[in-house]
Formats: sequence, structure tokens, C-alpha cells
Amino acid sequence: MSRKPSLPLWREEVSIDIAQERWIARRQFTRFLVLTSLGMLTGNLWILLRAQMQDDGEPLAQRMIARASELGLGDAIVFSYPHEGDDCLLVRTAAGDFVAYSQKCTHLSCAVYYAREHDRLECPCHDGAFSVRTGAVLYGPPPRPLPAVVLEQRGDEIWAVGVSSGAEELR
Amino acid sequence: MSTPDDRRTTVVHGAAALIAVLLIVQMWLLAATLESFLAGHAEAALPGAIVSAVLFAACLALDRLVDRH
Repeated sequence: MSRKPSLPLWREEVSIDIAQERWIARRQFTRFLVLTSLGMLTGNLWILLRAQMQDDGEPLAQRMIARASELGLGDAIVFSYPHEGDDCLLVRTAAGDFVAYSQKCTHLSCAVYYAREHDRLECPCHDGAFSVRTGAVLYGPPPRPLPAVVLEQRGDEIWAVGVSSGAEELR
Repeated sequence: MSTPDDRRTTVVHGAAALIAVLLIVQMWLLAATLESFLAGHAEAALPGAIVSAVLFAACLALDRLVDRH
């Protein structure tokens, strides 16, 4: 068998083409990047779908959650709203007002509790705190205020009638 | 003097670098859209999805460009 004069003997005997191998590796990496880009797009489309479902949804049901006479000043109870498993906290503040917020911390969804001695809502996981009057972040890692439950007092009954993101009402 | 293999590798390097930049922008966009959505600003979802689709199309176009070389 004769070999081409331009190629050294070792090139003829080693079957791996380095340039070709390198190109294939880079090419596969590029395809992986494009696939990751498709994943990012899927995430954005999922958010869009969730937003559409939220817009098309029925108005939230109204629900009686407690009797005013059952809660003393500084008392708090947990209730579910708008759905079972969406835990919320109803607090009668030291001033006598009723306020309610989602119990999920906006940082990593730990359950917040009402710290009566400090008159604020505290998250024990990462030392965050929220104002009991507005739900705004007082300190700590939470990035957003707690979603507030809109309340109505009908006689002695406290009713949950909607949810707001804190600054503006959603429904 | 560069060989055809060298030129081909240069093209794939350039495309990978550009796609990586677009991907970083797309990751930031997803994080920002999710953050807005969780904060109750659902109106950010549509522009976020459109821009993300444009970025993905650009990545795909660069990927096709590599195939042509």
C-alpha cells in the first residue's frame, strides 16, 4: 500500500482527525446552547400561560373566615384562602384592626407568623419581617410585600373577599 | 494559511460566542419576567415571551449558519 507523500506516516496510522473532532465537539456545544435557549423560551411561555389563566379566571369566592368576637387584640389565626392549602394569617392588631396576608414568605415560601411583641410578621427561616399594617418588607431577604387578603366585616363576621398584591388589588 | 477546517472551527466558535451572549440575555429575561409575574404584574408576561421567542429565533438562525459552513 502506498501512502500519500504529503502526509507523514503517523498521520496515516492515527485515524483521529483532530480538527474534525474539535469541530464536532464545538458543534455539539452550540446545539446544547440552542436547546437551553429553547428551555428559556418554554419558561417564558409557561409564565404567559399562567398569566392568561389568571386573567380568565372566575372572581374569587367570598368566604367567612372568623368571628370578630373570637379574636382578642394581638391574636392571629390561620385560614385557607382562596383555595384549600393557600394558608393565610388573620391578625387583629394591637390597634384593633383586622388584617390578613398570605402566610407564605415571598422569599422562599416559609410560613410567616405574627410576632405580637414586635407587632410585625416574621419569617423564621431567613430572618425576614413584614409590616403588619401594610405587608411591606421591613427587613431581611424577602423581595416583595406579602400578598394581602381583602377583608370585609359584616356584623360580627370577618369575610375574605379578594386578594391583592399589596399595592394594588388583583381581583 | 488557514485550512478549511480552521475556518469552519472559527465560524462555530463565533456562533457559539454569540449564542452564549443571547442565552445570558434570555436567562435574565426569564428571571425578570418571573419576578414581575410573582409580584402581581402579569402584563409583563406577553412582552417577555415575545422577546424570548425573538432571541431563540436568533440562536436558531446562528445555529443554521454554522451548518451552512
